[in-house]
Amino acid sequence: MKQTVLHSEHLKLDAKMVDFGGWHMPINYGSQLDEHHQVRRDAGMFDVSHMTVVDLHGGGVRSFVKYLLSNNIDKLTAAGKALYTCMLNKEGGIIDDLIIYYMSHDSFRMVVNAAMREQDLAWIRQQAAGHDVDIKERDDLAMIAVQGPNARVKAHTALGAEATAKCKGLKPFSALNHKGIFIARTGYTGEDGYEIMVPNAEAPALWQALLDNGVKACGLGARDTLRLEAGMNLYGSDMDEGVTPLASGLAWVVAFEPAERDFIGRRALETQRAQADHDLLVGLVLEGRGVLRNHQKIFANGKCVGKITSGSFSPTLGHSIALARVGRNIKDHCEVDMRGKLVTVRIVKPPFVRHGKSCLA
Amino acid sequence: MSDIPTQLKYTKNHEWVETLEDDTVRVGITDHAQDLLGDMVFIELPEVGDDVSAGDECAVVESVKAASDVYSPLSGEITAVNTDIAESPEIVNQSPYENGWLFELKPYAPAEFDDLLDADAYNELAETDDH
Repeated sequence: MKQTVLHSEHLKLDAKMVDFGGWHMPINYGSQLDEHHQVRRDAGMFDVSHMTVVDLHGGGVRSFVKYLLSNNIDKLTAAGKALYTCMLNKEGGIIDDLIIYYMSHDSFRMVVNAAMREQDLAWIRQQAAGHDVDIKERDDLAMIAVQGPNARVKAHTALGAEATAKCKGLKPFSALNHKGIFIARTGYTGEDGYEIMVPNAEAPALWQALLDNGVKACGLGARDTLRLEAGMNLYGSDMDEGVTPLASGLAWVVAFEPAERDFIGRRALETQRAQADHDLLVGLVLEGRGVLRNHQKIFANGKCVGKITSGSFSPTLGHSIALARVGRNIKDHCEVDMRGKLVTVRIVKPPFVRHGKSCLA
Repeated sequence: MSDIPTQLKYTKNHEWVETLEDDTVRVGITDHAQDLLGDMVFIELPEVGDDVSAGDECAVVESVKAASDVYSPLSGEITAVNTDIAESPEIVNQSPYENGWLFELKPYAPAEFDDLLDADAYNELAETDDH
Protein backbone atom coordinates (compact mmCIF):
# COMPACT_ATOMS: atom_id res chain seq x y z
CA MET A 1 0.00 0.00 0.00
CA LYS A 2 1.13 3.54 -0.68
CA GLN A 3 2.06 5.77 2.24
CA THR A 4 2.09 9.53 2.56
CA VAL A 5 5.10 11.29 4.02
CA LEU A 6 3.08 11.67 7.26
CA HIS A 7 2.47 7.93 7.64
CA SER A 8 4.75 7.51 10.64
CA GLU A 9 3.09 10.50 12.34
CA HIS A 10 -0.25 8.68 12.15
CA LEU A 11 1.25 5.54 13.66
CA LYS A 12 2.80 7.64 16.44
CA LEU A 13 -0.69 8.95 17.26
CA ASP A 14 -2.02 5.38 17.32
CA ALA A 15 -4.36 5.97 14.39
CA LYS A 16 -6.66 3.26 13.12
CA MET A 17 -5.29 2.75 9.62
CA VAL A 18 -7.25 1.48 6.62
CA ASP A 19 -6.77 0.82 2.93
CA PHE A 20 -8.14 3.96 1.30
CA GLY A 21 -8.00 3.49 -2.45
CA GLY A 22 -4.59 1.86 -2.23
CA TRP A 23 -3.27 4.29 0.40
CA HIS A 24 -2.65 3.33 4.02
CA MET A 25 -4.54 6.18 5.69
CA PRO A 26 -5.92 7.05 9.15
CA ILE A 27 -9.69 6.52 9.43
CA ASN A 28 -9.65 7.88 12.99
CA TYR A 29 -7.30 8.46 15.91
CA GLY A 30 -9.73 7.05 18.50
CA SER A 31 -13.15 8.58 17.94
CA GLN A 32 -14.54 9.80 14.63
CA LEU A 33 -17.28 11.68 16.50
CA ASP A 34 -14.81 13.58 18.70
CA GLU A 35 -12.76 14.49 15.64
CA HIS A 36 -15.86 15.70 13.83
CA HIS A 37 -16.82 17.97 16.76
CA GLN A 38 -13.22 19.16 17.04
CA VAL A 39 -13.43 20.58 13.52
CA ARG A 40 -16.89 22.11 14.01
CA ARG A 41 -15.96 23.70 17.34
CA ASP A 42 -12.22 24.39 17.26
CA ALA A 43 -9.56 23.17 14.83
CA GLY A 44 -8.62 19.82 13.33
CA MET A 45 -6.27 18.69 10.59
CA PHE A 46 -6.30 15.99 7.95
CA ASP A 47 -3.44 14.45 6.03
CA VAL A 48 -4.68 14.71 2.45
CA SER A 49 -1.29 14.15 0.86
CA HIS A 50 -2.74 11.24 -1.09
CA MET A 51 -4.58 13.74 -3.28
CA THR A 52 -3.03 14.44 -6.66
CA VAL A 53 -1.65 17.88 -7.43
CA VAL A 54 -1.15 18.65 -11.12
CA ASP A 55 0.50 21.82 -12.43
CA LEU A 56 -0.32 23.01 -15.93
CA HIS A 57 2.02 25.46 -17.56
CA GLY A 58 2.48 27.02 -20.98
CA GLY A 59 1.32 29.58 -23.50
CA GLY A 60 -1.78 27.55 -24.35
CA VAL A 61 -2.84 26.80 -20.79
CA ARG A 62 -5.79 29.22 -20.58
CA SER A 63 -7.48 28.02 -23.73
CA PHE A 64 -6.78 24.42 -22.72
CA VAL A 65 -8.41 24.55 -19.27
CA LYS A 66 -11.35 26.49 -20.71
CA TYR A 67 -11.86 23.51 -23.01
CA LEU A 68 -11.08 20.83 -20.40
CA LEU A 69 -13.33 21.96 -17.53
CA SER A 70 -17.08 22.57 -17.09
CA ASN A 71 -16.59 25.74 -15.07
CA ASN A 72 -14.96 28.78 -16.67
CA ILE A 73 -11.57 29.91 -15.38
CA ASP A 74 -12.25 33.37 -16.81
CA LYS A 75 -14.13 33.87 -13.51
CA LEU A 76 -10.70 33.90 -11.84
CA THR A 77 -9.59 37.49 -12.12
CA ALA A 78 -6.62 37.55 -9.75
CA ALA A 79 -3.66 35.25 -9.23
CA GLY A 80 -4.31 32.81 -6.37
CA LYS A 81 -8.07 32.60 -6.89
CA ALA A 82 -9.59 29.11 -6.86
CA LEU A 83 -12.55 27.57 -8.68
CA TYR A 84 -14.43 24.32 -8.04
CA THR A 85 -15.28 22.48 -11.24
CA CYS A 86 -15.97 19.17 -12.90
CA MET A 87 -13.98 17.54 -15.65
CA LEU A 88 -16.42 15.83 -18.03
CA ASN A 89 -16.32 13.28 -20.79
CA LYS A 90 -18.01 13.93 -24.13
CA GLU A 91 -21.30 12.49 -22.81
CA GLY A 92 -21.28 14.99 -19.95
CA GLY A 93 -20.38 12.27 -17.39
CA ILE A 94 -18.14 13.35 -14.54
CA ILE A 95 -14.58 12.06 -14.87
CA ASP A 96 -13.65 13.88 -11.67
CA ASP A 97 -14.35 16.95 -9.58
CA LEU A 98 -11.46 19.21 -8.71
CA ILE A 99 -10.24 22.59 -7.56
CA ILE A 100 -8.23 24.68 -9.96
CA TYR A 101 -6.04 27.57 -8.82
CA TYR A 102 -4.99 30.43 -11.07
CA MET A 103 -1.26 30.72 -10.38
CA SER A 104 -0.11 33.15 -13.07
CA HIS A 105 -0.95 34.17 -16.64
CA ASP A 106 0.54 30.92 -17.96
CA SER A 107 0.11 28.47 -15.11
CA PHE A 108 -2.71 26.75 -13.20
CA ARG A 109 -2.73 24.17 -10.44
CA MET A 110 -5.36 21.45 -10.12
CA VAL A 111 -6.05 19.16 -7.15
CA VAL A 112 -7.82 15.97 -8.19
CA ASN A 113 -9.01 12.84 -6.36
CA ALA A 114 -6.33 10.32 -5.42
CA ALA A 115 -8.46 7.40 -6.59
CA MET A 116 -8.77 8.99 -10.05
CA ARG A 117 -5.09 9.83 -10.49
CA GLU A 118 -4.27 7.51 -13.40
CA GLN A 119 -7.51 8.09 -15.31
CA ASP A 120 -7.31 11.85 -14.82
CA LEU A 121 -3.69 12.18 -15.91
CA ALA A 122 -4.29 10.00 -18.96
CA TRP A 123 -7.38 12.01 -19.91
CA ILE A 124 -5.69 15.37 -19.40
CA ARG A 125 -2.66 14.32 -21.45
CA GLN A 126 -4.86 12.97 -24.21
CA GLN A 127 -6.92 16.16 -24.39
CA ALA A 128 -3.81 18.35 -24.23
CA ALA A 129 -2.53 17.07 -27.58
CA GLY A 130 -2.16 20.07 -29.87
CA HIS A 131 -2.23 22.58 -26.99
CA ASP A 132 0.90 24.40 -25.83
CA VAL A 133 0.73 23.06 -22.28
CA ASP A 134 3.10 21.17 -20.05
CA ILE A 135 1.54 18.79 -17.49
CA LYS A 136 3.44 18.02 -14.31
CA GLU A 137 2.32 15.93 -11.35
CA ARG A 138 3.56 17.44 -8.09
CA ASP A 139 4.17 14.34 -5.97
CA ASP A 140 6.93 16.29 -4.25
CA LEU A 141 4.19 18.09 -2.28
CA ALA A 142 2.35 16.90 0.80
CA MET A 143 -0.99 18.44 1.78
CA ILE A 144 -2.47 19.16 5.21
CA ALA A 145 -6.03 20.51 5.54
CA VAL A 146 -6.45 22.57 8.72
CA GLN A 147 -10.15 23.21 9.32
CA GLY A 148 -12.41 24.75 11.94
CA PRO A 149 -13.42 28.09 13.41
CA ASN A 150 -10.01 28.46 15.09
CA ALA A 151 -8.03 26.75 12.33
CA ARG A 152 -6.56 29.84 10.72
CA VAL A 153 -5.40 31.44 13.95
CA LYS A 154 -3.77 28.20 15.09
CA ALA A 155 -2.21 27.60 11.67
CA HIS A 156 -0.78 31.10 11.70
CA THR A 157 1.14 30.40 14.90
CA ALA A 158 2.49 27.18 13.38
CA LEU A 159 3.47 28.86 10.10
CA GLY A 160 5.32 31.77 11.73
CA ALA A 161 5.07 35.56 11.71
CA GLU A 162 6.13 36.15 8.14
CA ALA A 163 3.58 33.75 6.66
CA THR A 164 0.91 35.06 9.04
CA ALA A 165 1.39 38.61 7.78
CA LYS A 166 0.76 37.41 4.24
CA CYS A 167 -2.12 35.07 5.11
CA LYS A 168 -4.18 37.39 7.29
CA GLY A 169 -5.83 39.15 4.37
CA LEU A 170 -6.34 35.98 2.33
CA LYS A 171 -9.95 35.80 1.11
CA PRO A 172 -12.02 32.58 1.00
CA PHE A 173 -11.22 30.47 -2.06
CA SER A 174 -7.87 32.22 -2.53
CA ALA A 175 -4.30 31.02 -2.17
CA LEU A 176 -0.76 32.34 -1.94
CA ASN A 177 2.78 31.07 -2.09
CA HIS A 178 5.15 31.62 0.77
CA LYS A 179 8.69 30.25 0.46
CA GLY A 180 7.60 27.13 -1.38
CA ILE A 181 4.53 26.58 0.82
CA PHE A 182 1.18 26.97 -0.96
CA ILE A 183 -1.53 28.14 1.42
CA ALA A 184 -5.14 28.04 0.18
CA ARG A 185 -8.21 29.18 2.10
CA THR A 186 -10.24 26.22 0.89
CA GLY A 187 -11.53 22.98 2.38
CA TYR A 188 -13.98 20.12 2.38
CA THR A 189 -15.72 20.54 5.74
CA GLY A 190 -17.96 23.61 5.57
CA GLU A 191 -15.66 25.39 8.03
CA ASP A 192 -13.07 28.10 7.57
CA GLY A 193 -9.44 27.00 7.28
CA TYR A 194 -6.56 26.26 5.00
CA GLU A 195 -5.34 23.54 2.72
CA ILE A 196 -1.58 23.76 2.90
CA MET A 197 0.69 22.21 0.28
CA VAL A 198 4.19 21.82 1.56
CA PRO A 199 7.34 20.10 0.22
CA ASN A 200 7.39 16.49 1.46
CA ALA A 201 10.52 17.04 3.56
CA GLU A 202 8.90 19.90 5.50
CA ALA A 203 5.54 18.21 6.09
CA PRO A 204 6.33 16.30 9.33
CA ALA A 205 7.65 19.49 11.00
CA LEU A 206 4.54 21.45 9.98
CA TRP A 207 2.30 18.60 11.21
CA GLN A 208 4.10 18.66 14.55
CA ALA A 209 3.92 22.47 14.80
CA LEU A 210 0.17 22.31 14.18
CA LEU A 211 -0.23 19.62 16.86
CA ASP A 212 1.81 21.76 19.27
CA ASN A 213 -0.58 24.65 18.62
CA GLY A 214 -3.66 22.65 19.58
CA VAL A 215 -4.77 21.46 16.15
CA LYS A 216 -5.95 17.86 16.63
CA ALA A 217 -5.32 15.14 14.07
CA CYS A 218 -8.56 13.97 12.43
CA GLY A 219 -9.12 10.93 10.24
CA LEU A 220 -10.86 10.37 6.96
CA GLY A 221 -13.97 9.14 8.81
CA ALA A 222 -14.62 12.59 10.25
CA ARG A 223 -13.71 14.15 6.92
CA ASP A 224 -16.57 12.19 5.35
CA THR A 225 -19.24 13.19 7.90
CA LEU A 226 -18.05 16.81 7.77
CA ARG A 227 -18.27 17.03 3.99
CA LEU A 228 -21.66 15.31 3.99
CA GLU A 229 -23.04 17.82 6.52
CA ALA A 230 -21.61 20.57 4.32
CA GLY A 231 -23.52 19.09 1.37
CA MET A 232 -20.36 18.43 -0.62
CA ASN A 233 -20.31 15.54 -3.07
CA LEU A 234 -17.88 12.65 -2.82
CA TYR A 235 -16.56 11.37 -6.12
CA GLY A 236 -17.35 7.69 -6.64
CA SER A 237 -20.37 7.84 -4.28
CA ASP A 238 -22.48 10.84 -5.27
CA MET A 239 -21.17 11.10 -8.81
CA ASP A 240 -19.17 9.23 -11.40
CA GLU A 241 -18.74 8.92 -15.16
CA GLY A 242 -22.32 7.74 -15.55
CA VAL A 243 -23.97 10.94 -14.30
CA THR A 244 -23.77 14.61 -15.24
CA PRO A 245 -23.32 17.66 -13.00
CA LEU A 246 -26.98 18.54 -13.66
CA ALA A 247 -28.01 15.26 -12.01
CA SER A 248 -25.49 15.75 -9.20
CA GLY A 249 -26.48 19.09 -7.70
CA LEU A 250 -23.60 20.70 -9.58
CA ALA A 251 -25.34 22.78 -12.24
CA TRP A 252 -23.55 25.74 -10.64
CA VAL A 253 -20.16 24.43 -11.76
CA VAL A 254 -21.25 24.31 -15.39
CA ALA A 255 -20.66 27.68 -17.08
CA PHE A 256 -22.94 27.65 -20.13
CA GLU A 257 -22.16 31.34 -20.62
CA PRO A 258 -20.47 32.61 -22.70
CA ALA A 259 -22.16 30.47 -25.34
CA GLU A 260 -19.08 30.46 -27.58
CA ARG A 261 -16.88 28.67 -25.01
CA ASP A 262 -16.61 25.08 -26.21
CA PHE A 263 -15.89 22.66 -23.36
CA ILE A 264 -15.86 18.89 -23.28
CA GLY A 265 -19.37 17.62 -22.56
CA ARG A 266 -21.08 20.89 -23.45
CA ARG A 267 -23.33 19.53 -26.19
CA ALA A 268 -24.55 16.61 -24.08
CA LEU A 269 -25.34 18.91 -21.16
CA GLU A 270 -27.23 21.35 -23.39
CA THR A 271 -29.39 18.49 -24.62
CA GLN A 272 -30.00 17.25 -21.09
CA ARG A 273 -30.82 20.75 -19.89
CA ALA A 274 -33.34 21.24 -22.71
CA GLN A 275 -35.02 17.88 -22.08
CA ALA A 276 -35.19 18.67 -18.37
CA ASP A 277 -36.20 15.15 -17.34
CA HIS A 278 -33.03 14.11 -15.53
CA ASP A 279 -32.77 13.03 -11.89
CA LEU A 280 -31.72 15.43 -9.16
CA LEU A 281 -29.40 15.08 -6.19
CA VAL A 282 -31.25 16.09 -3.02
CA GLY A 283 -30.69 16.06 0.70
CA LEU A 284 -32.57 13.71 3.03
CA VAL A 285 -33.17 14.16 6.73
CA LEU A 286 -34.26 11.43 9.14
CA GLU A 287 -35.17 13.00 12.46
CA GLY A 288 -36.00 9.68 14.12
CA ARG A 289 -33.69 6.83 15.04
CA GLY A 290 -31.54 4.92 12.60
CA VAL A 291 -28.92 5.84 10.03
CA LEU A 292 -29.45 6.26 6.30
CA ARG A 293 -26.82 4.32 4.34
CA ASN A 294 -25.34 4.38 0.84
CA HIS A 295 -27.34 2.42 -1.77
CA GLN A 296 -30.60 2.27 0.20
CA LYS A 297 -33.57 2.52 -2.15
CA ILE A 298 -36.03 5.41 -2.15
CA PHE A 299 -39.74 5.00 -2.69
CA ALA A 300 -42.65 7.32 -3.44
CA ASN A 301 -46.23 6.08 -3.88
CA GLY A 302 -44.97 2.49 -3.77
CA LYS A 303 -42.51 2.97 -6.62
CA CYS A 304 -38.71 2.95 -6.44
CA VAL A 305 -37.67 6.47 -7.47
CA GLY A 306 -33.99 6.59 -6.59
CA LYS A 307 -31.30 5.69 -4.12
CA ILE A 308 -29.06 7.12 -1.45
CA THR A 309 -25.61 8.03 -2.72
CA SER A 310 -24.12 9.02 0.68
CA GLY A 311 -25.80 8.40 3.99
CA SER A 312 -24.48 8.73 7.51
CA PHE A 313 -25.09 10.04 10.98
CA SER A 314 -24.73 13.80 11.36
CA PRO A 315 -22.82 14.37 14.60
CA THR A 316 -23.66 18.09 14.59
CA LEU A 317 -27.42 17.56 14.14
CA GLY A 318 -27.66 14.35 16.17
CA HIS A 319 -29.60 12.43 13.53
CA SER A 320 -29.09 10.92 10.12
CA ILE A 321 -28.72 12.80 6.84
CA ALA A 322 -28.06 11.69 3.29
CA LEU A 323 -27.57 12.73 -0.29
CA ALA A 324 -29.80 10.88 -2.74
CA ARG A 325 -30.42 10.83 -6.45
CA VAL A 326 -34.16 10.83 -7.15
CA GLY A 327 -36.63 11.51 -9.92
CA ARG A 328 -37.14 15.23 -10.39
CA ASN A 329 -40.82 15.17 -9.38
CA ILE A 330 -40.14 13.85 -5.90
CA LYS A 331 -40.84 16.65 -3.42
CA ASP A 332 -41.06 17.22 0.35
CA HIS A 333 -41.08 13.62 1.58
CA CYS A 334 -40.21 10.13 0.43
CA GLU A 335 -39.64 6.71 1.96
CA VAL A 336 -36.37 4.85 2.38
CA ASP A 337 -36.03 1.08 2.61
CA MET A 338 -33.97 0.79 5.78
CA ARG A 339 -33.12 -2.81 6.53
CA GLY A 340 -36.47 -3.99 5.22
CA LYS A 341 -38.60 -1.23 6.78
CA LEU A 342 -39.97 1.76 4.88
CA VAL A 343 -39.16 4.93 6.80
CA THR A 344 -40.42 8.41 5.86
CA VAL A 345 -37.74 11.07 5.45
CA ARG A 346 -37.82 14.77 4.63
CA ILE A 347 -36.32 16.14 1.42
CA VAL A 348 -34.17 19.24 1.83
CA LYS A 349 -31.74 21.30 -0.18
CA PRO A 350 -28.14 20.76 1.00
CA PRO A 351 -26.06 21.95 2.83
CA PHE A 352 -27.18 20.61 6.20
CA VAL A 353 -24.56 22.43 8.29
CA ARG A 354 -22.37 25.47 7.65
CA HIS A 355 -19.92 27.13 10.03
CA GLY A 356 -21.00 24.94 12.92
CA LYS A 357 -24.73 25.72 12.57
CA SER A 358 -27.70 23.80 11.22
CA CYS A 359 -29.05 25.00 7.87
CA LEU A 360 -32.29 23.06 8.30
CA ALA A 361 -35.57 24.91 8.65
CA MET B 1 -5.18 -6.01 20.74
CA SER B 2 -8.66 -6.13 22.17
CA ASP B 3 -9.66 -6.92 25.72
CA ILE B 4 -11.16 -10.42 26.28
CA PRO B 5 -11.93 -11.08 29.98
CA THR B 6 -11.38 -14.73 30.89
CA GLN B 7 -14.38 -15.03 33.24
CA LEU B 8 -16.89 -14.41 30.41
CA LYS B 9 -18.31 -16.67 27.71
CA TYR B 10 -18.57 -15.57 24.08
CA THR B 11 -20.39 -16.21 20.80
CA LYS B 12 -18.97 -16.22 17.30
CA ASN B 13 -21.17 -13.16 16.63
CA HIS B 14 -19.10 -11.15 19.14
CA GLU B 15 -21.50 -11.14 22.06
CA TRP B 16 -20.30 -11.81 25.60
CA VAL B 17 -22.27 -13.60 28.33
CA GLU B 18 -21.80 -13.15 32.07
CA THR B 19 -23.55 -15.41 34.57
CA LEU B 20 -24.95 -13.35 37.45
CA GLU B 21 -25.53 -14.55 41.01
CA ASP B 22 -29.25 -15.16 40.54
CA ASP B 23 -28.57 -17.44 37.52
CA THR B 24 -29.72 -14.82 35.05
CA VAL B 25 -27.14 -13.78 32.46
CA ARG B 26 -26.00 -10.39 31.24
CA VAL B 27 -25.19 -9.88 27.55
CA GLY B 28 -23.18 -7.27 25.68
CA ILE B 29 -20.90 -6.91 22.67
CA THR B 30 -17.16 -7.47 22.89
CA ASP B 31 -14.42 -4.89 22.86
CA HIS B 32 -13.38 -6.29 19.48
CA ALA B 33 -16.91 -5.73 18.11
CA GLN B 34 -17.17 -2.14 19.36
CA ASP B 35 -13.73 -1.40 17.94
CA LEU B 36 -14.72 -2.77 14.52
CA LEU B 37 -17.96 -0.81 14.46
CA GLY B 38 -16.56 2.48 15.78
CA ASP B 39 -18.56 5.28 17.41
CA MET B 40 -22.04 4.08 18.40
CA VAL B 41 -24.93 6.43 17.61
CA PHE B 42 -28.14 4.41 18.10
CA ILE B 43 -28.99 1.31 20.08
CA GLU B 44 -32.25 -0.63 19.88
CA LEU B 45 -32.95 -2.95 22.79
CA PRO B 46 -35.49 -5.74 23.33
CA GLU B 47 -38.33 -5.25 25.81
CA VAL B 48 -38.39 -6.69 29.28
CA GLY B 49 -40.63 -9.77 29.15
CA ASP B 50 -39.74 -10.66 25.55
CA ASP B 51 -39.13 -14.35 24.90
CA VAL B 52 -36.09 -14.96 22.75
CA SER B 53 -34.48 -18.06 21.29
CA ALA B 54 -30.75 -18.58 20.96
CA GLY B 55 -29.67 -16.95 17.69
CA ASP B 56 -32.63 -14.55 17.48
CA GLU B 57 -31.94 -10.97 16.45
CA CYS B 58 -32.93 -9.12 19.57
CA ALA B 59 -31.03 -5.81 19.50
CA VAL B 60 -29.36 -3.51 17.00
CA VAL B 61 -26.19 -1.52 17.59
CA GLU B 62 -25.66 1.18 15.01
CA SER B 63 -22.42 3.10 14.64
CA VAL B 64 -21.42 5.93 12.35
CA LYS B 65 -20.10 3.20 10.08
CA ALA B 66 -22.73 0.43 10.10
CA ALA B 67 -25.77 -1.16 11.72
CA SER B 68 -25.22 -4.55 13.29
CA ASP B 69 -27.70 -7.06 14.70
CA VAL B 70 -27.12 -8.50 18.12
CA TYR B 71 -28.21 -12.13 18.50
CA SER B 72 -29.35 -13.62 21.74
CA PRO B 73 -26.69 -16.09 22.88
CA LEU B 74 -29.23 -18.17 24.78
CA SER B 75 -32.96 -18.86 24.88
CA GLY B 76 -34.83 -17.17 27.67
CA GLU B 77 -36.91 -14.29 28.91
CA ILE B 78 -35.52 -10.76 28.88
CA THR B 79 -35.41 -9.56 32.49
CA ALA B 80 -33.64 -6.20 32.14
CA VAL B 81 -32.32 -3.81 29.51
CA ASN B 82 -29.68 -1.11 29.89
CA THR B 83 -31.59 2.11 29.25
CA ASP B 84 -28.47 4.21 29.90
CA ILE B 85 -26.93 3.12 26.61
CA ALA B 86 -30.07 4.00 24.66
CA GLU B 87 -29.53 7.57 25.88
CA SER B 88 -25.73 7.53 25.57
CA PRO B 89 -24.62 4.92 23.03
CA GLU B 90 -20.97 5.91 23.43
CA ILE B 91 -20.95 4.00 26.74
CA VAL B 92 -20.77 0.80 24.67
CA ASN B 93 -17.51 2.06 23.14
CA GLN B 94 -16.11 3.25 26.44
CA SER B 95 -17.07 0.29 28.61
CA PRO B 96 -18.19 -2.71 26.55
CA TYR B 97 -17.97 -5.21 29.45
CA GLU B 98 -19.20 -3.07 32.33
CA ASN B 99 -21.49 -0.06 31.90
CA GLY B 100 -22.10 -0.88 28.25
CA TRP B 101 -24.02 -4.14 28.77
CA LEU B 102 -27.14 -4.51 26.61
CA PHE B 103 -29.67 -6.79 28.31
CA GLU B 104 -30.18 -9.54 30.88
CA LEU B 105 -32.15 -12.70 30.43
CA LYS B 106 -33.32 -15.73 32.40
CA PRO B 107 -32.16 -18.76 30.40
CA TYR B 108 -34.59 -21.60 29.69
CA ALA B 109 -32.10 -24.15 28.39
CA PRO B 110 -28.90 -24.50 30.44
CA ALA B 111 -27.53 -27.00 27.89
CA GLU B 112 -27.06 -24.11 25.46
CA PHE B 113 -24.19 -22.86 27.63
CA ASP B 114 -22.09 -25.65 26.09
CA ASP B 115 -22.33 -23.92 22.72
CA LEU B 116 -20.65 -20.77 24.01
CA LEU B 117 -16.94 -20.09 23.51
CA ASP B 118 -14.39 -19.52 26.25
CA ALA B 119 -11.99 -16.58 26.13
CA ASP B 120 -9.24 -18.55 24.36
CA ALA B 121 -11.54 -19.77 21.62
CA TYR B 122 -12.99 -16.30 21.15
CA ASN B 123 -9.53 -14.76 21.05
CA GLU B 124 -8.61 -17.12 18.23
CA LEU B 125 -11.75 -16.15 16.33
CA ALA B 126 -11.19 -12.41 16.85
CA GLU B 127 -7.62 -12.71 15.61
CA THR B 128 -8.56 -14.45 12.36
CA ASP B 129 -11.20 -11.76 11.94
CA ASP B 130 -8.48 -9.10 11.97
CA HIS B 131 -6.79 -10.51 8.88
